[in-house]
Amino acid sequence: MPNAIPIIEIVFYLFSGVATLAALGVITSRNPVYSVLFLVLTFFSSACIWLLLEAEFLAITLVLVYVGAVMVLFLFVVMMLDINLTKLKSGFASYLPVGILVAIAMAAQLFILIWATGAGSQVLEYGDADGSNTRMLGELLYTEYLYPFEIAGLILLVAIVAAISLTHRRRPETKYQDPSRQVKVNRDERVRLVKMDAEED
Amino acid sequence: MLTLAHFLTFGAILFSIGVAGIFLNRKNIIILLMSIELLLLAVNMNFVAFSRFLDSMDGQVFVFFILTVAAAEAAIGLAILVVLFRNRQTINVEDIEELKG
Repeated sequence: MPNAIPIIEIVFYLFSGVATLAALGVITSRNPVYSVLFLVLTFFSSACIWLLLEAEFLAITLVLVYVGAVMVLFLFVVMMLDINLTKLKSGFASYLPVGILVAIAMAAQLFILIWATGAGSQVLEYGDADGSNTRMLGELLYTEYLYPFEIAGLILLVAIVAAISLTHRRRPETKYQDPSRQVKVNRDERVRLVKMDAEED
Repeated sequence: MLTLAHFLTFGAILFSIGVAGIFLNRKNIIILLMSIELLLLAVNMNFVAFSRFLDSMDGQVFVFFILTVAAAEAAIGLAILVVLFRNRQTINVEDIEELKG
């Protein structure tokens, strides 16, 4: 017996609509802080869509990693920089027609491609749950994709080193140790023997 | 009734908005970085949808890696942005033309 209320459809249209409007807000809002907040809303709504698609682990990862870490990083940087907004927004109106034209042309091409190739006949169905999504993803990650997984970890390490070495600033007034100079030091630089006569009296 | 095409259409809309964002905000590097995040989100949406409808977990593994690389890219991009602002007091793309790119 079909459901009287199409709850899945309502959830999909609600969250995809919110995500689309928030994405439009990202690219049109005047203040970059609002852009970041709209982007948070976009990611959150997309995470809900991923929950509909039974990708629970990735949905939670999107919220935790993206909203919790990357977007906060964006927010820090946006609030830290003191930027002249009017100058940055100056070309907005002149770029508007070509931007909209390209976006609409691209979207139309994609829509034709999607709806002409039979993707509209594959209906989303929920059968019995076949185990935990996280467990399946983990089993795949730690067996078949183990090597790429380790490379991903290495990429994160490289990103940490690059970000810190780029932004780290040596202040001349702060005292710090230089271990290589400490190791390379020899006796003559530190100890000076002074020969002097013994004093009388 | 939801089909694969619904999810792909949503991804296509997000992707187009991201491309439009790159066109509209070509002076502000922060919004450019955010538009790139939108593009990556659209790609991830397609991966997750295909993974669900093809009944294969490989798509989700790819999304996992894309998320990792995107996080690294955002961190390095913002670090470069901070250094740039410290040296130039601007993030306008048009003021950074010494490389003649």
